[in-house]
Amino acid sequence: MATKKSNTIKLKFDSARNLAPAPESKSAAKIDPRYDLFINGKFEKPLSKKYFGTINPATEEKLSEVAEANQADVNRAVKAARAAYDNVWKKMPAKERAKYIYRIARMIQERAREFAIIESLDGGKPIRESRDFDVPTAANHFFYYAGWADKLEYAFPNRTTQPLGVAGQIIPWNFPLLMAAWKIAPALATGNTVVLKPAETTPLTALKLAEIIQEADLPPGVVNIITGAGATGAAIVNHPDINKIAFTGSTDVGKIIQRAIAGTNKKATLELGGKAANIIFDDAPLDQAVEGVINGIFFNQGHVCCAGSRLYVQESVFKEVVRKLKDRMETMIVGDPLDKNTDIGAINSRQQLETINKYLKIGQQEGAEMYQSSCSIPRKGFFCRPTIFTNVAQSNRIAQEEIFGPVLAIQSFRTDDEVIEKANNTPFGLSAGVWTDKGSKIFNMTTKLRAGVVWANTFNKFDPTSPFGGYKESGYGREGGLHGLAAYVNIV
Amino acid sequence: MATTEKRLEILKTYKIYIGGQFPRTESGRYYVATNNKNEKLANVCLGSRKDFRDAVGAARNAFGGWSGRAAFNRGQILYRAAEMLEGRKAQFIDELMKQDATKLQAEKEVNLAIDRLIYYSGWCDKFQQLYSSVNPVASPHFNFSVPEPTGVVAAIAPQNDSLLGLVSLIAPIIAGGNTCIVLASNAKPLCAVTFAEVLNSSDLPGGVVNILTGKVAELAPYFADHMDVNATAYCEADAATQQMIKERSALNVKRIVLYDKVKWLADEAQSPYFIMDFQEIKTTWHPIENIGGAKAGY
Repeated sequence: MATKKSNTIKLKFDSARNLAPAPESKSAAKIDPRYDLFINGKFEKPLSKKYFGTINPATEEKLSEVAEANQADVNRAVKAARAAYDNVWKKMPAKERAKYIYRIARMIQERAREFAIIESLDGGKPIRESRDFDVPTAANHFFYYAGWADKLEYAFPNRTTQPLGVAGQIIPWNFPLLMAAWKIAPALATGNTVVLKPAETTPLTALKLAEIIQEADLPPGVVNIITGAGATGAAIVNHPDINKIAFTGSTDVGKIIQRAIAGTNKKATLELGGKAANIIFDDAPLDQAVEGVINGIFFNQGHVCCAGSRLYVQESVFKEVVRKLKDRMETMIVGDPLDKNTDIGAINSRQQLETINKYLKIGQQEGAEMYQSSCSIPRKGFFCRPTIFTNVAQSNRIAQEEIFGPVLAIQSFRTDDEVIEKANNTPFGLSAGVWTDKGSKIFNMTTKLRAGVVWANTFNKFDPTSPFGGYKESGYGREGGLHGLAAYVNIV
Repeated sequence: MATTEKRLEILKTYKIYIGGQFPRTESGRYYVATNNKNEKLANVCLGSRKDFRDAVGAARNAFGGWSGRAAFNRGQILYRAAEMLEGRKAQFIDELMKQDATKLQAEKEVNLAIDRLIYYSGWCDKFQQLYSSVNPVASPHFNFSVPEPTGVVAAIAPQNDSLLGLVSLIAPIIAGGNTCIVLASNAKPLCAVTFAEVLNSSDLPGGVVNILTGKVAELAPYFADHMDVNATAYCEADAATQQMIKERSALNVKRIVLYDKVKWLADEAQSPYFIMDFQEIKTTWHPIENIGGAKAGY
């Protein structure tokens, strides 16, 4: 691609930015060469007799191998969960249930460093994020919901709650431990038992969590963690003795699940894809907004369902924002996830890297202008430079489809009405962002944007007390906060 | 001599209700509504797929205005609908009795329908506080969650309780700021059309409620299929239809609400939870400035 002459001032970063590597030590984490299925409180060899490898996406080296659960293994796990529900968990006084969940929270905190390292090794995310965000937020989530267990009669006015039974939970590879916490904690607090399947590329922290659950003396069968790929997930979804499916993942798979359980009484909550609009008005504090855009799209390599992957900039500040964005991108360090200086780690898998690269081609073919930072990337492993597209049309695929990578599509707008219409013109509705100094404008925007989470003058913030979930094709049900309890109870 | 002749009665034409107007079905089709004595009651529109499509268009157009209205104002309009229904009580009792209800049953159903509108009128500006929260996040942010309407709802009314069921289904949907397309009871369609006239004289903006008559088996798939519908509701226990609606609704991840166990005459058939069935929770974050100095409290 021909380089265009830039009419903005180019900042020089080469002098100050060569930070010495500051790698976290792998020795603080213990990874077994092989993991079995966690069923009924024990690690059991799979009846399938099959195992598959899980690699470090930053080096492509094998970290361990995990069991591949087949239908018979799923049956075993569901049976254990059902027995634990009937015989132990639903009879247990709520305050005792709470104490088990508190224990899990505490043990995650105690082993936080180990969890952070394994999360970064197995998934490719920067250690700074797994250490400061994923692991502490996961522990906090257990701590938060533990406290709800004996207070459910206050949650739904004039109603009481009943647990649903056995919950089948399927989680994605972008926040492996945190998603396990989002799923398991409210399910247990409300008195359900669980069969959870982590994603096939990131099973290790869920299996380490199984160790903690064992160590916490949780009654056998209350939580079962089984590994495998799509077929294992399908076996969970279709199992007749499961009462509830909780799924986080792509919209395509969410739709398949909704169809698969149509003939049953299974309840479902789906947290699916997104294509969030991040909107900058001309009165916004631009440097702060640019930081927000960077965080919005490059957090966790852009593997975030609520990532701010569509940027709308008001025309009068468009050039300035794009320049600042390019400058800021130039300072980003892409590389070893275990290095504490790393901003963007490894793409989670070869398959995902291919998907992202496919979209980079599509974007250029559609006539959008691609810009990538000039940073070096490691030769081995799966990496992608931070990327932005300008000259994007609303109908372009890079502006419509979820890429799930560090790729931002930028468009301009003139009026509030125009940007509201553009922002809402998508089948998704998970999140959105607004940057402006004007309070009344913020509330106009946040009420009109059809999305479940709206960040104003901030982005990608999460908290156990804060309900998260989508509108439209981004799914239904909420996770977090009081509203997250509703996903796991019958309100009677 | 003419004074001794019996006056010829004007028969009512039962039409569908789309976008605040009463067109005939575009298909030109009709069916004959009868009662248990097999008396012909009326020629009723046999609504078509295109009628439904027009109704979705009207509902989508009306959504912005209706959801953006003050909740207090929505409450007043629902109250006004109850007033109108009260004033036309005799007509509804008459229609229900033509459709095989006893006088006592008919009176009870109409009275309950009026009371139910009043009940939901009151909820319009109250349920939000009950189901909202300010979330005590562990970072310097102001964080709150509020219910917002899901959008356009396609609802199939119960076959029995043709007035009360219809009113009990529509009221919480629109009280919460949604707009809807409702398929009336196929066997007992008269009250649904007359109720549309009540709504039409209650300052309810056109398109907020659209009422079709026709066959469930024919129209239900479109209710579940349409890409600009956000939620589907179905009130019967027919397992095959339930499955069909759930499967097709997956096309654009519609919310599915099944009311097959609700007894519409009972008190349990009204609660703010019916409103919440058609609400989304929106969470909003904003940073709180944190400047040192004012540590000592105020």
